[in-house]
Amino acid sequence: MKALILLSSLGIITLLAEIFSFKKLLYPFVLLGLLATFIVNLFDWNLPSKIFFGMMQYDHFAVAFTSVILAIAFLWFIMSDSFFKEGTNITDHFGIVLFALAGTVIMVSYTNMTMLFLGIEILSISMYILAGSNKDDLNSNESAFKYLIMGAFATGFLLFGIALIYGSTGSFNLAEINLFITSHKGDVPMLFYAGVLLMLVGLAFKVSAAPFHFWAPDVYQGAPTVVTAFMATIVKTAAFAAFLRLFYTSFVTVSDIWVNVVWVMAALTLLTGNITAVMQTSTKRMLAYSSVAHAGYMLLALVAGNIYSSSAVLYYTAAYSIASIGTFCILSIVTNVKGSDVIDSFNGLGKSNPFLAFVMTVVVLSLAGIPPTAGFFAKYYIFTAALQSGYTNLVLIAIVASLIGVYYYFRIIIAMYFKEGRNEVISIQPNHKIVLIIIAIATIVLGLTPDFIIRLL
Amino acid sequence: MFTLLLLFFPLLAALLLLFVKGEQVKKIALGAAVIEFLISIIAVVQFQHTADTQFEVNRPWIYTLGINFHVGIDGISLLLVLLTTFLVPIIILTSFKHNYKNPSLFYSLILAMQMALVGVFVSLDGFLFYIFWELALIPIYFICLLWGGENSAKITFKFFVYTLVGSLLMLWGFIYLYLNTEGIHSFDIGALYKAGRSLDAAHQGCIFLAVFMAFAIKMPIFPFHTWQPDTYVTAPTQGTMLLSGIMLKMGTYGLIRWLLPVTPLGTAQWGNLVIILSVIGIVYASCIAITQKDFKRLIAYSSIAHVGLIAAGIIAANVQGIQGGMIQMLSHGVNVVGLFFIVDILQTHTGKRDLASLGGIRNVNPQFAVLFLIILLGSVALPLTNGFIGEFLLLNGLYQYSAWATAFAGLSVILGAVYMLRSYQAIMLGETNSITVGFTTLSGNEKVVLLIICAAVIVFGIYPKPLLDIAEPAVVKLVSSLTP
Repeated sequence: MKALILLSSLGIITLLAEIFSFKKLLYPFVLLGLLATFIVNLFDWNLPSKIFFGMMQYDHFAVAFTSVILAIAFLWFIMSDSFFKEGTNITDHFGIVLFALAGTVIMVSYTNMTMLFLGIEILSISMYILAGSNKDDLNSNESAFKYLIMGAFATGFLLFGIALIYGSTGSFNLAEINLFITSHKGDVPMLFYAGVLLMLVGLAFKVSAAPFHFWAPDVYQGAPTVVTAFMATIVKTAAFAAFLRLFYTSFVTVSDIWVNVVWVMAALTLLTGNITAVMQTSTKRMLAYSSVAHAGYMLLALVAGNIYSSSAVLYYTAAYSIASIGTFCILSIVTNVKGSDVIDSFNGLGKSNPFLAFVMTVVVLSLAGIPPTAGFFAKYYIFTAALQSGYTNLVLIAIVASLIGVYYYFRIIIAMYFKEGRNEVISIQPNHKIVLIIIAIATIVLGLTPDFIIRLL
Repeated sequence: MFTLLLLFFPLLAALLLLFVKGEQVKKIALGAAVIEFLISIIAVVQFQHTADTQFEVNRPWIYTLGINFHVGIDGISLLLVLLTTFLVPIIILTSFKHNYKNPSLFYSLILAMQMALVGVFVSLDGFLFYIFWELALIPIYFICLLWGGENSAKITFKFFVYTLVGSLLMLWGFIYLYLNTEGIHSFDIGALYKAGRSLDAAHQGCIFLAVFMAFAIKMPIFPFHTWQPDTYVTAPTQGTMLLSGIMLKMGTYGLIRWLLPVTPLGTAQWGNLVIILSVIGIVYASCIAITQKDFKRLIAYSSIAHVGLIAAGIIAANVQGIQGGMIQMLSHGVNVVGLFFIVDILQTHTGKRDLASLGGIRNVNPQFAVLFLIILLGSVALPLTNGFIGEFLLLNGLYQYSAWATAFAGLSVILGAVYMLRSYQAIMLGETNSITVGFTTLSGNEKVVLLIICAAVIVFGIYPKPLLDIAEPAVVKLVSSLTP
C-alpha cells in the first residue's frame, strides 16, 4: 500500500519538475525514491487487513512480487540513464515509467476485478506511449501502434470476461466469486465459464502466451531497447502475478474447465517460442521470442496449481528478469557500437571486451537454464511443481523446449568466443558496469541460495 | 572437513589464477594441483578401511525443499577422487610445452573442472550431484571451444547438447524419485534409495532408463557415442585427457552410486539390454579402431571399447564386476591420458599423427619406444600391467552374469591387441622417414610425465592390493544391499 502511494506521488512530482525546473536533479531523486519505496514496501510484510474498501489486499504475495518488481525497476533505471538524459520530454519519461510501476503494484495486490482492470490499463497505456517514445523512428511508431491496437483488443476480451463473470455471480470481488462458485456447485451459469475463458484470453495476451503472442516480437523489436527490457521483465512479472492471483483465488475450484486450455497454451508457447527463436538473425527479435518461450515455462506453474506455484513463479520471474536486464543492457551497448543487432555483432566480443562477454555468458547460461545460475533453479523448481501435480508429459515437452533454447542461446556464446570480429574498442559507461556486475553476481548468488526467495510464499 | 578442502581448494586456486599474468600461470596451476593431490593423499592415509562414509559434511542448503549440502567419501568415492587429483597435475604438466593463448583462463578452467569432478564423486545429495554434474560441463565446453581445433564450435556444441539431453532426463528421474520420498520430500541419497526401491518394477524401469541415458551418453555407450570421436579429436590435448581420463568416469561412477542401488528392479529388467549394448559397443568400436588412420581417433574409439566393458561389468552387479570396474576406471584413466599424451608428443615433434606418414621412431628414439610400449601394454591388458587386473575382474564378474556376453566382451582383449600393436608397428617400427628422423629426444617434462604413467602402469599391475582394499568394503556393502 505504501509502495503504491509513494510511487504515485513520485510520478506526480516528476511531472511538476518541468514547471519548477529541477530536471537535472530528477534522475538521482527518482533513484532514491525507488530505493525508499523498496524499503518501505518491506514494512508491509505483515499488513493483515484489506485496504481501499476491500479492493486490494497487501498480502505476502503482493509484497513479494512488488519487491521483485521494484528491485528489477531499480536495476532498469540505472541501466537506462540515457533514456532519461537525452532527447526531449524527459520528465514525461519519468512520469510514465513511475505510473506504469504504480499499475504493476495494483496488478499484484488487487482483490477486485475492477482494480485488476485499472492496474492493467494503467500499465498498458503507459507502455503504449513508451513503445513509441522514439518519435523520429518509424519502427518505434509502428511498434506503439501495433501494441495499442492489439492491446486494446485484448483489453476488450478481458473486460467482456469481467462483465460476464459479474453478470453471472453478481460480484467483482475475488473471494465472493469463489464463494458463489462453491455454494452453487453444479448450477453455475454457462456465462460464467465463458467469462473465465475470455479473461484467460485477455491475460494470455498480456503475458504473450501462444497463440496470442504475435504482437510481442514486432513490438519488442521496434520499441527502444530500454523499453523492450522493461516490457520483457517488469510487465511480464506483473502480468503473471495478476494471472496467478486471479486464477488461484477465484477460479481454482473450476480448474477443470481451464486447466487443459492452459496446458495446451503452455506447450504451444514453449514450442513456438523456442523454435521460432532459433530462426532469428536479429538478437533483439530472438530475445523477444525467447521471452515468449519463458512465458511458457511460467505457465507450467499455473497448470500445476499447487503450493509450489506462486513461489515458483516468483523465483522464475526474478531470475528471468535479472538475466533479461543483463542481456538487453549488453545488447544496447553492442548495438550502439556496431550499429546493428544481428547476432554477428557479437563476433569477437570475447577478445575485444572480455568483461561484457563474461557477463553475457553468465546471463545467457541463466536464460538457458544451466547450473549453477538462477535460471537453472527456476526451471528445476517449475518442473518440480508440475511433476508434483502429475503433468509428466508437459514437463517432457518443456525439457525438449529448453534443449532447443540452449541452441539459440549458445549461438551468442559461440559468436562471442569463437568467431573473429572487427575488434572495435567498446567502452562501457560506469553505470552499465555497475548494473552488469550486480547482475552477474545476483545470477549466481540467487542460483546457489534460492531458499530466501522461495520460502517467502 | 577433508571433503570441503578437496572441493573448494581447486575453486579458490582457479579464481586466483584469473588474476595472474604471464609465464607464472603454468607453475602456479601445477603447484595448486599438486597440493590438491597431497590433500587427497592425506585423506587416503586417514581413511578407515570400512564401508562407512567418512569425512562427511551435511548442512541444510535449500531448506524449504529438503535439499542438503551433503558430501562424504567412501571407498568408491575415494578412488575416483584420487584418480582426479592424480591426473590433473599430470594433465597440467603435459601442457607445459604448449603456449596457449590466454593461459590464465585455460588453467583456471582446468582447476574449476577439477572442483566440479571432485564434487560429482563426493556428493551424497541428488540435487547437489546434479549441480556438480552440470557444472563439470561448462569448463570443458569452453576448453574445447576456445582452444579446440578446426570446427570446434560445431562439434563441442553437439557434445554439449548431447550430454545435456541425458542430464535433463536424469533430472527428470531424480525429481520423480524426490516426489516419491516419504514425509517431507528430500534429495538425500538414502531417501532417494528408499523411494526408488518402494516403486513397482514398471516405474523403476522408467527411472532406470531416464537416469541411465545420462550416464550412457557421458561414458559413452553404443549407440550414444556419436559425439565422442569428433569431440576427442578436435579438443585440445588437455581437454581430451580431461574428457577421457576423468569425465568419462562420471558416467561409470554414476552407475554404481546413483543407478544400481536406486532401481534394483529396473536393473534386473533392463540390465540385459544394457549389457548387450555394451558388448555390441565393444566389438563395434574395436572394429572401427582397427580401420582408423588417425592415431588420436583410434584411441578415441578404443576408449569406447574399454568403457563398454566397464559398464557391462558394473551392470552385472556382483563384487568382482564392480571391483573390476573400479580398478579399470583407474587404469583406463591413467593409460588413456598416457596414450593421448603420446599422440600429443608425436604431433609436436613430427607434426603428424596419422599412422601412414609415421614410422621408424624406435630407431631414432629408443627411450620413447620403451615408454610408449609400456603404456600400450597396459592398455591391451597384458598380465602384470594395471589393465590386466581390471579386465580380468570385469570378465570374471560378467561371466557370472552371462557366459555368452563374456565371450564377445573377451574379444575386446584380442581386438585391442590387434589395433594397438598395429599402430605401434606403424609408428615405431619400420623405416625411419624424413618426417620422423628429427624426433630424437624427449623434453624433460615429457619424460617425467611418461615415467610417472609407466610407473603407475607397472606398480599397480604387480601390486593392486592397496587400491582393491580401499574400495572393497564399500563394494561388498553395495552388492549385498542389492540382493534382498
